[in-house]
Amino acid sequence: MDIILELLEDLHPEVDFEQCNTLIDDKILDSFDIVSLVTDLSEEFDISIAAEELTPENFNSAKAIYEMVERLVD
Amino acid sequence: MQKNVLEYLEGAVGSKAQKPAYVDNQTSLSFQDVYQRSRSIGTFLSKKHYKEPIVVFMGKSPRTITAFYGVLYSGNYYVPIDGEMPYHRIELIFKNLNPRAVICHGEQIKTLRDFSYDGEIYIYEDIINSEINEEKLDEIRERQIDTDPIYIVFTSGSTGMPKGVVASHKSVIDYVDNLSDILAFSEDTVFGNQTPLYVDASLKELYPTLKFAATTYLIPKELFMFPLQLVEYLNEHKINTICWVVSALTMISSLGAFDKEIPKYIHTVAFGSEVFPIKQFRLWKEALPNARFVNLYGPTEATGMSCYYEVNRSFELDEAIPIGRPFNNTDVMLLNGDNQLVTDGEEGEICIRGTSLTLGYYNDLERTRDSFVQNPLNPHYPETIYRTGDIGKYNEYGELVFVSRKDNQIKHMGHRIELGEIEMAANMAPNVNYAVCLFDENKKRIILIYTGEATTAEMAEFLKGKLPRFMVPNRIRKIDSMPFTTNGKVNRNLLKEEYTRR
Repeated sequence: MDIILELLEDLHPEVDFEQCNTLIDDKILDSFDIVSLVTDLSEEFDISIAAEELTPENFNSAKAIYEMVERLVD
Repeated sequence: MQKNVLEYLEGAVGSKAQKPAYVDNQTSLSFQDVYQRSRSIGTFLSKKHYKEPIVVFMGKSPRTITAFYGVLYSGNYYVPIDGEMPYHRIELIFKNLNPRAVICHGEQIKTLRDFSYDGEIYIYEDIINSEINEEKLDEIRERQIDTDPIYIVFTSGSTGMPKGVVASHKSVIDYVDNLSDILAFSEDTVFGNQTPLYVDASLKELYPTLKFAATTYLIPKELFMFPLQLVEYLNEHKINTICWVVSALTMISSLGAFDKEIPKYIHTVAFGSEVFPIKQFRLWKEALPNARFVNLYGPTEATGMSCYYEVNRSFELDEAIPIGRPFNNTDVMLLNGDNQLVTDGEEGEICIRGTSLTLGYYNDLERTRDSFVQNPLNPHYPETIYRTGDIGKYNEYGELVFVSRKDNQIKHMGHRIELGEIEMAANMAPNVNYAVCLFDENKKRIILIYTGEATTAEMAEFLKGKLPRFMVPNRIRKIDSMPFTTNGKVNRNLLKEEYTRR
């Protein structure tokens, strides 16, 4: 989880990612961020994130991203 | 001879009045709807006797497009402003324009009042049913000429002040007609628009839709984060033609959407503004082996696109797709440092001649004179060319290739950005001593490095209020002291080395 928070904070230092659960709904992340995140997450966790995982639900909060990564690591 | 872009609309409404012209998730407007609303708005505005730019401050929607055409019917020219733009930038644009009239929705009134705009505000919904005065509209048209302005769009300026590029009816007609020939648009074309309506890139869909009585879907911006949903949208609406920035195309291919679904109706893909990485291009080509892929190149100052290259051979991973050759009725000259035409593969500045040249920058003769200049090869009579600041050369096939920029302008997510404008904004932030902005070409990231007490969070928050989203740096780094060169300038090369390596 810490790695994910770090990646997110690097993208947007002004956002409190531990609290925010509207990253997509409130347009905090944009398409550039999603592409960067997918690349970074794939490298950090050695996973491949298929296109069907890229949904608003999976990226709306740090927790949702964490749960997706957990699922894919297994 | 056509002299006004509205003739496209009048042709479409004559042949296909009930066909959908512009569609998004909320609204679908037929050519008849577009015609009626535009003429109502035009009649309404004509009573006010403006002869100037009229701001259209509305989001991305078919309704916004009718406001553009309404302004044109009134004999004026439109300036698209979007709520996506930050407050500070809108303020700068208003300072440049000093407009007397704005068309908007109710929710924008507060923003306008906040920066003490004191001109007229017309609410879109209130003016679209004004009674149409045919005679008045005819009279306005009769008096117009094809060098009259059609719109002003704003582009990044290195001094921090955005530049308002003024296009004319004639430049747009020349561009639209020649682009349509190259991409073979027709009545069956179904466009999927990606670019915002406040940039000239959206001309590729707006006017050809009228010219051919085609249909344009305005794709919701959120879909450009979720590739599979985007492809599903393209298929659901049987979209067959896309003119997108490269980063939108690579988003789909790099995130693996083609493994699941192919946008199977697409037969024409035009792209531009940035270099298409060959690895990603190959994924597109494999997914759509029968589609045409056309690279487009051109500056806002020459209305839209000036050169094209249809991909018809394969490229190595380290090769760049050429920008090819000029559009019909456009000439490109590569001028070297001595203002002479280049020879034998020599590099030179890309300079453009032709009817598609815009009129210049609004209220800015100085910057207009810097780049819209007398053709140095012609001392005999006045002839304007536009100096793009892009460096190009001819390859072994005689095709034009983009090499680099002369200055600190970059292309990021399809937008043209002056790094100087970002630096200017960052240096205005409280508790910041010195800020420098770099671009990591490999990772396509804008990086800001600064010294001062401000936290990176404060810096990010500040910049979000000053700059459009696409200009806010992707990485913000605070350091203790700036490295300087021996002659006292910030050592940008050292910073770049340090912050762009893996």
